[in-house]
Amino acid sequence: MFAEFGYGILVVSFIVAIYSVFAAVYGATSKSAAMVESARRSMLLMFPLISLSAAALIYLLVNNHFEVAFVYEVTSRSMPTYLKVTAWWGGQAGSLVFWSWLLAAFASAVTIRKWERDIEFLPWVIVICSTTLIFFLGMVVVFENPFTRFWLVNGNVEPHMFAPANATLFTAGDGNGLNPLLRHPGMVIHPPMLYLGFVSYVIPYAFAMAALITGRTDDRWIRLTRRWSLWAWLFLSFGLVLGGRWAYDVLGWGGYWGWDPVEIAAFMPWLTGTAFLHSVMIQEKRGLLKHWNMILVILTYALVIFGTFLTRSGVLSSVHAFANSPIGPFFMGFVTLSLVVSIALVIWRWPMLRGETEMKSMLSREALFLLNNLLFMSVLVICFWGVIFPLVSELFTGQKVTVGPPFYERATAPIFAALMFLMGVAPLSAWGHSTIQTLGRAMWKSALAAAIITAVLFATYTQNYIALIGFFLIALVLLVTFQEFWRAARARQRAQSENFLTSLTRLMGRNRRRYGGYIIHISMMLMAIGILGIEIFQKETQGSLKQGDQLDIGGYTVEYRELASWDDSGKGVNFTRATIDVYKNGIYLGELNPRIDYYFDSQQNMTIPGNRSTFRDDLYVLLVDWQPVSSMGATFKIFVNPLVNWLWIGSLLFLVGIIFAAWPDRDPAEEPVRVARKANQTSAAD
Amino acid sequence: MKKFLYTLIFTFLLGALFTGVALAQGNNPPTDDEVNAVAHKLYCPVCESTPLDVCPTEACHDWRELIRTMLAEGKTEDEIIKHFEEQYGARVLAEPPKEGFYWLVYLLPPAVILAGAVVLFRSLKEWTKPKAAAPVSGGAGGASSSSAEKDEYVTRLEEELKKQK
Repeated sequence: MFAEFGYGILVVSFIVAIYSVFAAVYGATSKSAAMVESARRSMLLMFPLISLSAAALIYLLVNNHFEVAFVYEVTSRSMPTYLKVTAWWGGQAGSLVFWSWLLAAFASAVTIRKWERDIEFLPWVIVICSTTLIFFLGMVVVFENPFTRFWLVNGNVEPHMFAPANATLFTAGDGNGLNPLLRHPGMVIHPPMLYLGFVSYVIPYAFAMAALITGRTDDRWIRLTRRWSLWAWLFLSFGLVLGGRWAYDVLGWGGYWGWDPVEIAAFMPWLTGTAFLHSVMIQEKRGLLKHWNMILVILTYALVIFGTFLTRSGVLSSVHAFANSPIGPFFMGFVTLSLVVSIALVIWRWPMLRGETEMKSMLSREALFLLNNLLFMSVLVICFWGVIFPLVSELFTGQKVTVGPPFYERATAPIFAALMFLMGVAPLSAWGHSTIQTLGRAMWKSALAAAIITAVLFATYTQNYIALIGFFLIALVLLVTFQEFWRAARARQRAQSENFLTSLTRLMGRNRRRYGGYIIHISMMLMAIGILGIEIFQKETQGSLKQGDQLDIGGYTVEYRELASWDDSGKGVNFTRATIDVYKNGIYLGELNPRIDYYFDSQQNMTIPGNRSTFRDDLYVLLVDWQPVSSMGATFKIFVNPLVNWLWIGSLLFLVGIIFAAWPDRDPAEEPVRVARKANQTSAAD
Repeated sequence: MKKFLYTLIFTFLLGALFTGVALAQGNNPPTDDEVNAVAHKLYCPVCESTPLDVCPTEACHDWRELIRTMLAEGKTEDEIIKHFEEQYGARVLAEPPKEGFYWLVYLLPPAVILAGAVVLFRSLKEWTKPKAAAPVSGGAGGASSSSAEKDEYVTRLEEELKKQK
């Protein structure tokens, strides 16, 4: 009954979404406020409707209704309840419902805001949100129904939503269970964070399209969606970071990022989103780049849809899978259609999107931001091409190829270095105008100090020139950024006669976006330290040890003590856990317990490392294999990952920076719209 | 006697030969690290996007053992990689071989990025070209005047603070 109820509600939601699009278009074109209001109310109805359907699905998941195919695929009796709930987004059909539910929530949040000044946007925002919902709900209702049940038809078990003739309901004794890799606390929040980021980006896109359609192409849409973009970026960034940490903790390859297509799928909208965060400031400050901001927000939206499918569906894993999957063409059609329509709208409004001022100097902040955009787009081009090239190759040559980490690392490393250099220069350049002299004067002290730090590192730590270039850039950006905090706080201190700390906190409080941005720059550099450490200085070794045998790596000595294996039938898992003692320079540091968990239901292993983490390095030990009698020995793979902790510390600071920048103070929508910009009125803030 | 001597020499030589082979194998059995170094450059043909050295599946375990055997036979890294490529196709390589159609994966991104850079710099040049006829709208030039000589940032900040007082 719950399955029929859930599905029925989904169908009703789908119809309501279609109605809201028609009502909104009709209301906008015929200037009927009543119709627009009707569209708005139907939009508002979507959230409770999809919530009901989601509640039905969760009920089925939690109560072991294995007659439902989705429940059978992603849960099993031995799973704890909280994991059964999170299994909602553990499979494709459920995650599409989750996506729709989030979008309905966000769209409802948008439609209940005060619209007086922007009422002409309302119907078109509804049209975009509802059209996206129609697409996702359509996918769920027609192709990927999470409520499909198993039926016994003439001795065969077949999945159908409704009972075929002469069929009886078939209930399996137990389910397949969630992929063990997804049973990690990180996995419980990692996908929702990514999805929150993905879905939040629909809102700026909806406003951008509304601005194009209504012809209100000033920066109002940007001001209205500024916080949405920041929160979207926060969630997406948080999702990426959690994914990295999860990979480090459970994937058992000693790394955090493997340039896997699924990772890149989430990274691509982040790239355009980051470029958008920067270039949008040029439009706000200088009234320039209106076309480009439109294109960026359109690209982000398209990449969000693209990413959702790449992540879950597997339709892009091969040409064959794409051609055989019913959702493949449907999804490509939607991405293509939204791109064509959006770009057509931009072209239609092209003359209205001309810049209000002119670019004055190649070294002005806006010019440097443009360069930053070019670099982000370059990384995007590399990522996109790398992800789709296996398909292109299969299509034209019949041969599938792998485009793996060496390709991405080689291609993107110089671009990331250039981005770091820009991070060091751009905060010192002024809106409107800068010259080599002004930049040089502002930079030389930091550059000199960074060079001295690099020289010290050369003498004491490493002669690897790539690492040295990296450390120089990191030092430069950190020094320049700290100098910015210092100079501004000192200036305020002098002007206001406050103490330094008060000046600094008030200054930061008044210019949240600017200083939040600087905190993010600092955090990026901490992350870069971790990335350089693990990419350049990582050491690894593997060996089979008998009890009491030792293995040396990177100054550590690891001694195998014992191994234990036991079943936990309650959890449906067999644990095999090794105990090893760790020494450094003869001093005992403690024990580590790498283990392998074998899940009976899905018949899969999970390799959990034993990790000893310090600011200097991580000792990361994996249990690879073992003999039936533990005294005969076990095989360990051991990594020493220098500086990797800075990646996680940087990630935390990164979140602090975004939350600082995005924290609501006053409603940006209430700020007066600047019609004519005067650069000399442009505050140094932001 | 002569025949016996020949037999002895032949037996000795044969023995030496086999002992040599056995010693060569026995002295230098490939270490796990040597196997992993080769495996790291190969991608499992079954599990997508997973390098062979870290792939936990049984099939990949067998492939690593094959690498160990080939190393023990004295095969070089290149020969082993070539063997895998011939057996399972180019997809086992970490990146496409630099030949024929596959050049596209390497050439297209730099071409697009270069085109983007050209468009950007031409636009920048055009935007920054002084236009005598068109008066600068909105007084955008205010910030660019003589303030370049001063510390612009601090000046603007102080102006803002004055306004806020």
